[in-house]
Amino acid sequence: MAEIIQEEKQKGGKRRPKKGSTHIDMTPMVDLMCLLITFFMLTTAFSKPKVMEIVLPDKIKKDQKIDPPKIADSRTLNIILGPDDIVYWYPGKPDASKPLQKTDFSANGIRQILLDRNLALFKKIEKFQKDVIAGKINIQPDSVRTAIKALKNDDDTGPIVLIKFYKKAKYKNLVDIIDEMSIVGIARYILTDIYPIEEVMVETALASAPKTLTPPIAKK
Amino acid sequence: MPKIKLPSKSPHIDMTPLVDLFSLLLTFFMLTATMKTSEPAPIDTPSSVSEKPSPDANIMTVVLAKDNRVFFNVDNGKDTILHFRTKILEEMGKRYNIVFTPAELRQFEQYGTSMGVAMNDMKAFLAAKDPKVKSALEKGIPIDSVDNQMAYWVLYTREVNPAVQALIKGDADVEYPVVKKVLDILQDKNVSRFSLVTNLRKVEVTSDKK
Repeated sequence: MAEIIQEEKQKGGKRRPKKGSTHIDMTPMVDLMCLLITFFMLTTAFSKPKVMEIVLPDKIKKDQKIDPPKIADSRTLNIILGPDDIVYWYPGKPDASKPLQKTDFSANGIRQILLDRNLALFKKIEKFQKDVIAGKINIQPDSVRTAIKALKNDDDTGPIVLIKFYKKAKYKNLVDIIDEMSIVGIARYILTDIYPIEEVMVETALASAPKTLTPPIAKK
Repeated sequence: MPKIKLPSKSPHIDMTPLVDLFSLLLTFFMLTATMKTSEPAPIDTPSSVSEKPSPDANIMTVVLAKDNRVFFNVDNGKDTILHFRTKILEEMGKRYNIVFTPAELRQFEQYGTSMGVAMNDMKAFLAAKDPKVKSALEKGIPIDSVDNQMAYWVLYTREVNPAVQALIKGDADVEYPVVKKVLDILQDKNVSRFSLVTNLRKVEVTSDKK
C-alpha cells in the first residue's frame, strides 16, 4: 500500500534526522467524498419524465365546410368528465330524459366499462403480446407497437369513444382518461367539445346526487 | 515457556480501499448526473402508463401551474449552440415593438427555467437581479383571445426551429378550461401532435374476469 516502511539505520556516529511517517491522513478526503457523493445522489434525476403522445385533428377553418364523419349510434360511447374525478357516461345519442351513468377512475370503474365494450380487440392485443413474450412470434421490439397499431386500425367492433369535459374537470382527468384508452386499447377516441344539452345533463346529475360535503355558507 | 509476542500493530486503519470505492462512486454519479430542473412553480405531473421517455432537445414546453399560470420554455433551460432562444425573443420583440439589447438577449439565453412573463414586463424581468422581484413579475403568459402572447411564442418557436416538438407539462390540478385554451392555441398554430409529460405508473389489466 501507500506506506513505505523505512528501517532506521544507524551507522557509526552519524545520525540522520528522523524521517516523518509517509502516511497521509485520508480522513478529510473521505469526508469530502462522502459529502459529494451524497450531494450527487440526491440531485441526480434518475427517472426521466415520460411523455404521452396525443394527436389532435386539424382544426376546421370557419369557411371550410366538412360534414362531420358519420358514426353508428350503437358504437358510440360518450364520456363526460365531471368535477371531483367523477366520470359520467352514456351510450349513443344524448337524451335528456335518461340520467347519466356515474362511475369513477378506479379499476372497476370506467376501465371495466370500456373493457367490456372493447373485449374483442383487447383479447387480440393481449394474445399478440403474449405470443411475442413467449417467442411464438419473432418480431423486433420496435415493430410491436406498429403491429398493435395495425390491429387497432383493422378493428371495427370496439367502441368509438367521445371524450368531453365539463368545465370543472381537471388536467389530471384528461391524462387519466387518455391513459385508460391506452390501457384498454381503445382504437378510436376523440376529445370533443361538450354539447350544451350535455352540460345541462351533468348539472342535473350533480344536483340530484346526494351531497357528501355541505358547502360552507357564506355570510354577507 | 516463552510468551508468544504478538506483532504490535499501529491503530491506523488503511483507508485506501475506502477512498478507491468512493472515488468510483463519485465519478459514476458525476457522470450520470442530469440535474433536476427546477420550475418557477411546483408542478406535480399526473401519472400514465406511457413508457416513452421525454426528448431532450428540440422541444418547447408549455408549463401549466396549479394557480392556472402558464409558463413557456424552449429546450428545457439554457440555450443550445444553435441559439434558438435569442432569435425567438427578437421575433417576439419585433411583434410587440420592443428592442432588446444584446445583454438582455444573453440574459434570456442563459435563463435556466421556464418563464411566465408578459412581453411588456420582459425588460424589467431580464434586468431584475432579485429573485423576489423576478417571481413577482411572473404572472403567467397571457393566453386569452385579447392578448394571446402564447400563440406567438409557439408560432415564432416553430418558425425559428421547424423541428421543434411540443410538450405540455401540467399540474394535476389545473382546471380544464386552461388546458382547453392551450390545446386550442396549439391546434390553431397547426401543432396537432404533441406530448403530455407524465410520471410512470404500472397497471395490469387482463381480460379474465375475477
